[in-house]
Amino acid sequence: MNKTQWIPIVCLRVIAMVSTFVATLLMVTSHDSAKVLGMTFQAKYNNSPTLKYFVVVSIITTVYSLGALFVPPRKLGRHVLVIDLIIMSFLISSFSAAVGIGQLGKEGNSHAGWIPICGQVPKFCHHVTASLIAGFVAVIIYFLLVLYSLNNVLNLVAFKA
Amino acid sequence: MIIMAGEKVADGRSIRRWRVTISMVVILLRVLALFATAAATIVMALNKEKHTFAVATIGNTPVKIAITAKFQHTPANVMFVIANGVATLHSLFMLSMLCFVRDKYDFKGLRFLTAAALDMVTIAVVSGAATAVAFMGEVARNGNSHARWNKVCDNFERYCDQGSGAMLASYIGILFLMLVNMLNIFEYGRLINPSSNNPLAA
Repeated sequence: MNKTQWIPIVCLRVIAMVSTFVATLLMVTSHDSAKVLGMTFQAKYNNSPTLKYFVVVSIITTVYSLGALFVPPRKLGRHVLVIDLIIMSFLISSFSAAVGIGQLGKEGNSHAGWIPICGQVPKFCHHVTASLIAGFVAVIIYFLLVLYSLNNVLNLVAFKA
Repeated sequence: MIIMAGEKVADGRSIRRWRVTISMVVILLRVLALFATAAATIVMALNKEKHTFAVATIGNTPVKIAITAKFQHTPANVMFVIANGVATLHSLFMLSMLCFVRDKYDFKGLRFLTAAALDMVTIAVVSGAATAVAFMGEVARNGNSHARWNKVCDNFERYCDQGSGAMLASYIGILFLMLVNMLNIFEYGRLINPSSNNPLAA
């Protein structure tokens, strides 16, 4: 794989790594408390399994992106591509679930009797929104990375055959 | 996996047998993925349950309210049905391409790239939908005490179980689609016909 194919992949991976790192940071530092009827009502990312899953997957993606920068592209290109596919699937699934829970917190579900919570803890909601925006950037960049890697693997094999 | 320069074409019989095996396995996996995603779509789309609650008593007769749980009350379920429908159509399209449009048109190697890229897009969309339903179901089953959201599944057992079944079928479909994609990526080198310039991707 010559330099012109390898430099965009490295750039995309660095951007994805930074985005997932920022998403993790923003989600972990989000907390807010509200006083309702004399009780203190705390909102943290720990309270929702979905947001915990989002944080875990973002950390895994950051560490994996850092590690995949140091893999020799000619020998292990296809293995990296396959693991990229699995990690991309995890990333997209965690982002989608977190957005679903976010929509539930913002607008509630009248059929199930779940009231929205963003009115009481607005700082928490804004933090989670910012984290999800960073996660969305990471998802788009990762998807482009996987498609671009696929194109390079195809060229690699075609020239060798 | 990479055909070396010194490999003789007289070994073509074993390569041909390998190509046929891989093609058969890919077709089988695509058929299984088609059935799994079709099952997920249909099972979730038919998810509906009615439950009658006795709320109060006026005199001697209890006042009953009937509440229906439909799948479209949750946006994640709607996305699940649409995504799995798209995956079913994708599998159907790919199978028809494999079985009916074998070597008629010369795509100049773009056939493999298109198939693999479309597979990746489908995997992404379906995995997003399936996990969103999984976490919505988790909130419905366990509630969330911090957000004061009560659980719903203790009154609507069949609705929740049917939703879990659809989600499980969707995850199995994702697994098969991923296997197909990995097979395509790893075996592409052997699927190339060494005596011609154009790669004949399966």
